[in-house]
Amino acid sequence: MPSTYATHPEARDIVFDFISDYDNPTLLGAFWMTVKLTFFSGIGSLVWGTLLAAMRVSPVPLMRGFGTAYVNIVRNIPLTVIILFCSLGLADIFHVTMGASDFKVQGFRLAILGFTAYTAAFVCEALRSGINTVPMGQAEAARAIGLNFTQTLRLIVLPQAFRAVIGPLANVLIALTKNTTVAAAIGVAEAAYLMKQMIENEAQTLLIGAIFAFGFVVLTLPTGLILGWLSKRLAVKR
Amino acid sequence: MSSVLYDTPGPRAKRRNVILSVVFVVLLLLLAWWVWSALDDKGQLEWSLWKPFTESEAWTTYLLPGLGETLKAAALAMVIGLPLGAVFGIARLSDHRWVRGVAGTVVEFFRAIPVLLLMLFANEVYARSTDVSTENRPLYAVVTGLVLYNAAVLAEVVRAGILALPKGQTEAAQAVGLRKGQTMRLILLPQAVTAMLPAIVSQLVVIVKDTALGGVMIGFTELLSERATLAANYANVIQSFVVVALIYIVVNFLLTSFASWLEKRLRRSKRSTGAVLGEDTEINPAAIPGTFGTGENTGGGG
Amino acid sequence: MKLRKVTAAAAAALVLSLTATACGGDDKDSDTGSGSGGGGKIKVGIKFDQPGLGLKKPDGSFSGFDVDVATYVAKELGYEPNQIEFIETKSADRENALARGDVKFIAATYSINDERKQKVDFAGPYLLAHQDLLVKTDSDIAKGTDLNGKNLCSVTGSTSAQNVHDTIAPKANLKEYSGYSECIAALQSGTVDAVTTDDSILAGFAAQSQYKGKFKLAGLKLSNENYGIGVKKGDTATLDKINKALEKMESDGSWDKAVKDNFGPANYKNEPAPKIGVVVK
Repeated sequence: MPSTYATHPEARDIVFDFISDYDNPTLLGAFWMTVKLTFFSGIGSLVWGTLLAAMRVSPVPLMRGFGTAYVNIVRNIPLTVIILFCSLGLADIFHVTMGASDFKVQGFRLAILGFTAYTAAFVCEALRSGINTVPMGQAEAARAIGLNFTQTLRLIVLPQAFRAVIGPLANVLIALTKNTTVAAAIGVAEAAYLMKQMIENEAQTLLIGAIFAFGFVVLTLPTGLILGWLSKRLAVKR
Repeated sequence: MSSVLYDTPGPRAKRRNVILSVVFVVLLLLLAWWVWSALDDKGQLEWSLWKPFTESEAWTTYLLPGLGETLKAAALAMVIGLPLGAVFGIARLSDHRWVRGVAGTVVEFFRAIPVLLLMLFANEVYARSTDVSTENRPLYAVVTGLVLYNAAVLAEVVRAGILALPKGQTEAAQAVGLRKGQTMRLILLPQAVTAMLPAIVSQLVVIVKDTALGGVMIGFTELLSERATLAANYANVIQSFVVVALIYIVVNFLLTSFASWLEKRLRRSKRSTGAVLGEDTEINPAAIPGTFGTGENTGGGG
Repeated sequence: MKLRKVTAAAAAALVLSLTATACGGDDKDSDTGSGSGGGGKIKVGIKFDQPGLGLKKPDGSFSGFDVDVATYVAKELGYEPNQIEFIETKSADRENALARGDVKFIAATYSINDERKQKVDFAGPYLLAHQDLLVKTDSDIAKGTDLNGKNLCSVTGSTSAQNVHDTIAPKANLKEYSGYSECIAALQSGTVDAVTTDDSILAGFAAQSQYKGKFKLAGLKLSNENYGIGVKKGDTATLDKINKALEKMESDGSWDKAVKDNFGPANYKNEPAPKIGVVVK
């Protein structure tokens, strides 16, 4: 259809007209929801994933066991199951409402909870592989000058590990951005939710597909490029 | 287990570890107790809700056919996606810049888009402009979405595998007079795919998990959507979720174990037949400069 | 796919010629079969997950009012129960399945409305249902406006949900799930105060043994839902036969029996058998 635009600039408005019919959510609103889901789940999974990684390398066998079991169980369950369970199980049976009485807000927060629980397992694995890249001598030297386990981890190992895992963590973040589409399964009004509505009701299948594909390319491409550049810059030179 | 991070515990550290363990156990028990009492409170522990899973009918009518569809879609996606991925992976290594450019763009494009969007789109295209019957359409749409996404991921896996091969392999092939195509087909690809087998099997886990999206969003009658039919019969929403989650865990655990068994075997056989892959070769495609994406198993999949 | 198209066309041609000869021979034939009867199969679209209407049972068989109606109609078209192949047609797929000819007809809580009539033809109606509320037995919700400020559950994108949101109780806190069984579970646990959709569907859930005595229908007639049997647009021959079959079903007592069998335990006060061809607005 590019020729149409070229010859009739006003046709652009007719072609894209249907977008303004959708106000619950709007196109921008839907992508903003995707960004919010990614942002909050990203922070949540970074915190929880770091805790899990600490457990997995800790001297307490029980914690190690828990960390390993958590990662291996969560990684093998489809995210869709986890998200649906947050809504059907946690909210309905356990009355975990995340402090929200309005179901729209509740769904949003439960989705973040689900994404956090799932993504943390991958953050944990990325960090653990990062910890493994820190040479033994570093930790040995830290202990030689009398630092204990938490100090060694906090001051010596983790700062180096974080820099080594920016690349893998960027991949986790990009995967998370794409995974937030699963929230459509519990009715969170994000990009996939809107795309499903549009594509079922409008004739311009290809155009709608292109719009949403473009949206995700815009969201994920810069993340990949910036964090890729950062990971090279911050790489620990050895 | 001793670690770089801490000494073998002495008496004081042992005492502290015991205390930490006890605290941790108490916390876990509290959580378990809360879960248990909440379930009990809502009558979710009643045997009548769990009993269906001890009878064969629930399995033969809902769960096993559902699992069958799940595995069918996953297998199809892998069988179609791997050759396609290999083609694109090789194309990205082409000597012609435009071939590299096109293949690279296609691969990066499909890796940037959520697989759910690909499925929704394929579903609509099949419904509007093809002859696929209503019954088969969800399967077609799910497989199409999975193939498009995973071919892109597998392209990177294959490319990483080829790049990881020692240069001597190409040079030797050229020395005996093989052409470019022959070198790729006879020398590089077989070794790369073998070396990448564990990564490829791990990708199957991602694919199996992603089939569940089709069940919820486009009515593909796989395991997760058969759960809904089952729950409509037995009125056991929570219980069916638990059982279905367990099935996924078992299936994916088997796949993961198979992948790591393969990896061990490959490492062992390498010692005897001469090194193909260096001991510490990075096989994660994410590690290759200039690319991004989910990589294998770094959080991919729903 | 090409091959399938060719075979389908060939089959259609064969069926057409057979029906043509059959009709030419004797009019009584329409009672026993449409020509393609005999050894063939008929594909019928139903729901798989709605107790009381269309449900896939653990033994693999199907039960419900829609299933009984479909079986009766198929019999009138010349197919024994063992020749019927039930296919799941989800709400969003129904028009498409008919237009493509994937199913001969659909009996799946298919309300007749103008928008759908542009895409498919409807036989019937064979049941008049109403949008209603399912509440706990001890609930005090008695009218639509009572829902304001209450928690309500319905299925994503359903007209019932839209209806509540737009007119009945705009201030209701609406939870949307992909299926009714999830809504009912939420009602049981107290997360929502009411579930809304057609009373026939709600009655089917309330009658399940696990829920017996726990829920009641509020008895509100928030809308009229005329369930029709969908057939391919323009397939008037089948349409007429199905209408005749439905008339016969209502007159020979089979309709009453089906209602009693499927909705009886729910204490559901069904409307009398609708007059075929009359859609209640």
